[in-house]
Amino acid sequence: MAKIYTLLGLILLILLLLPLFLNQYLLGIFVFIFYYAYLGQCWNILTGYTGNISLGHSLYVGIGAYISTMLAMHVGFSPWIGMVIGGLGATLIGVIMGYLAFRFGLKNVYFVLITIAFAEIGRLVALHLKPLGQFMGLFIDFKPGWANFQFKGNLPYYYIGLGFVIFSLIVVRVLELSKWGRYFVALREDEDAAESVGVNALKYKMIALGISSFMTALAGTFYANYIFYLHPTSIMSMALSIEIVLRPIIGGMGTALGPVIGSFLITPLAELSRSYFAKAGYEGLHLVIYGFLLVAVVLFFPRGVISYIKRGIAPLLGSSKAV
Amino acid sequence: MPLLEIKGVSKNFGGLRAVFEVSFGLERGEILGIIGPNGAGKTTLFNTLTGFYKPDSGEVWFERENLTDLKPHQICQRGMVRTFQIVKPFLQLTVLDNVIVAALNRIKNTREATEKALRTIEFVGLKEKKDTLATGLTLPHRKQLELARALATEPKLLLLDEVMAGLTPIEVDELIRLLREVNQRAITILMIEHVMRGVMALSKRVIVLNYGEKIAEGTPEEVVKNRQVIEAYLGEEFGSAQG
Amino acid sequence: MNLALVVQLIIGGFLMGGVYSLIALGLSLIFGVLRVINFAHGEMMIWGMYIAYTILLLTGIDPFFSLVISAGALFILGYMVQRIVVNRIIEFPEAMQVIAMIGTALIFENGARLIWGPDYRSPASRFALSSIWIGKIMIDFPRLLAFLIAILIAALVFLFLKYTDTGKAIRSSADNRLGALLVGTDVDRVYAICFGIGTACVGAAGALLVPLMPLSPHIGPPFTMVSFIIVILGGMGSLIGAVVGGLIVGVAESVATIFLPSSLKQIVSFSLMVAILLLKPKGLFGR
Repeated sequence: MAKIYTLLGLILLILLLLPLFLNQYLLGIFVFIFYYAYLGQCWNILTGYTGNISLGHSLYVGIGAYISTMLAMHVGFSPWIGMVIGGLGATLIGVIMGYLAFRFGLKNVYFVLITIAFAEIGRLVALHLKPLGQFMGLFIDFKPGWANFQFKGNLPYYYIGLGFVIFSLIVVRVLELSKWGRYFVALREDEDAAESVGVNALKYKMIALGISSFMTALAGTFYANYIFYLHPTSIMSMALSIEIVLRPIIGGMGTALGPVIGSFLITPLAELSRSYFAKAGYEGLHLVIYGFLLVAVVLFFPRGVISYIKRGIAPLLGSSKAV
Repeated sequence: MPLLEIKGVSKNFGGLRAVFEVSFGLERGEILGIIGPNGAGKTTLFNTLTGFYKPDSGEVWFERENLTDLKPHQICQRGMVRTFQIVKPFLQLTVLDNVIVAALNRIKNTREATEKALRTIEFVGLKEKKDTLATGLTLPHRKQLELARALATEPKLLLLDEVMAGLTPIEVDELIRLLREVNQRAITILMIEHVMRGVMALSKRVIVLNYGEKIAEGTPEEVVKNRQVIEAYLGEEFGSAQG
Repeated sequence: MNLALVVQLIIGGFLMGGVYSLIALGLSLIFGVLRVINFAHGEMMIWGMYIAYTILLLTGIDPFFSLVISAGALFILGYMVQRIVVNRIIEFPEAMQVIAMIGTALIFENGARLIWGPDYRSPASRFALSSIWIGKIMIDFPRLLAFLIAILIAALVFLFLKYTDTGKAIRSSADNRLGALLVGTDVDRVYAICFGIGTACVGAAGALLVPLMPLSPHIGPPFTMVSFIIVILGGMGSLIGAVVGGLIVGVAESVATIFLPSSLKQIVSFSLMVAILLLKPKGLFGR
């Protein structure tokens, strides 16, 4: 285990020093790598670990973004505070949905559908709220400064993004080793068996959903103060939900590093294909590629890329135990 | 005061009477066997006792508490634990991780729970397999895992659902020995079983269910000679189940 | 509140519901037999639309006739999708099935975008602007025609399933896969045909929609959603449920526009779905 931490420490060091060699454009790509890695990790806490698939996670991103932005614009709260409030707002909605869903025993596809329904209802409502700009969207003033969570250039966002990723990794790792995390995966593997050995299924599914939705919403604030423009079609849409789930699925659900690896693989690919293909007039091709990737992963690597990396590294680590 | 008291429990599915007005009591430290032909409602009874089904009528009393409306995890926390007829391991977890989940029922601390899990795994004889993924276990080992998990929750009453099915005679004997030891550690046992050798060897008392109703109750020797019981089984099943 | 207007909305919604029914019928058939949720349903439908549109553009043949080609093309596409993807994931956990089908949906949606471009198209059909008057109530003629044809196709599907050998094979495979295998049914082929029929329905429905709405690659997902809502309402796997559900949702969405702006009418459908999921997940006719 120590060897893995050493390896990770090395990678962290590289990432800390990397900005010295990157221009604004590349830094920007990394910002999105971190953003999506973080989002995927938050989603992973619910889906990868408890097995309840959500395709409506963009709802929480949007709630976080809008609440913190509204508080900043109309009440003058710093987005750092607004971020936490946004998180609580998202948790509230998530917990309501979760309670309804879990209490009524919705599983698998039915659970997926209710997450989609809530997200779509949220998006449609947001689309019609005047303060949120309705069909025009919401432009956010650029007032750089730490209190405003806004900065010139990509560099600060790079480090904050990296910080988010590390934070989420720590959360996941702590969960994995704790009672909660063990209960989560037990529920994923067999809910009835888990109940029979004392696991309160409803309670722990709700806890996972609560943590997941809270953390997801924080990213909404990050996004709002990075892009300075919010529109339900970008921040609360099915498209975003798909982007969120794509990276952990490809990287490996239910593992701490899966979403991160997935994002490092997919995000540059997405960015490159978007800019390259769009210029060549083939916009949307990267989405077709996404589609093929998703199908390929399900057919050929259902455990995600990380399971292959683990098998590849195992001999290097010299232990016969599964990592 | 019996440890467990079932009063007139019934469970229907649509028009089907799966369990009908079953009543019995179980004393602390006893081993009570439940036998009956397939489809007699034995597993349904277990599901109803442990909160997986809600009974349509009747009550379940455990240690002077009415458990009838509780959820499975609450019943487990109060000390009544069941195994499943078709084993349900946490497939993608190792044997050790499987049992740790169960140990966390009573023990808050993960490290202590791990130690408890290790001791339980050793007790059932799965020590060499502790780091194997459950999905890589053979059926007999999965049954041992199921038992280890149940034991790790520190139950007062263990509900075993056909634990001996599919085992060779040697494995059955080993399991009989193990269960005797479990019972000696003050754990009461209620076991559904088809393997008659196990029932005879372990149970002080036996209950017979047929078509959801209790048709006989008594010592194994008495029950086996009961006319109704023999008819229910039509004799053949009894003969072939003799291990 | 103008009574004539309300009746008109109800009728209009009912007629549209007929097309919805056909779409949902395809989904329900696929689920009922293969037990797979086709998340790519709406995204495949738009290919039916685009094919009919292209034929209209190139030859002037009206979608009401060229729907046969749309249906045929979608049958083939569906058959292939089933063989290549769906058949391999039939035994997989549902989570994985969902993800694979979403991938398929992305391919169809953006494939359409690549081929036909992202812009909205508004084709003119010979019947597009005509309407019929019954008293004070105006009925949109293309809608009426779409409804009639959709119901006709649905009826044909019912008859096919009930009376033909293949249809019976499909039904028996749905009821009891192992049993069907044991009596020698080529279940793989049956499944592929069934999936193909499901997508053919959706292809025909797409063609029928061409005179009724502007066309773009991104109108697929809302139809996938609507077909799910209908199938949940009617009961997964119930064909009658799909038809009845389609009509109900069509009317509900239409009537909702009295109270809500048109862009919000989906909220009604989604809320309906949430309510059904919580209260009666088996739906009206589900088993």
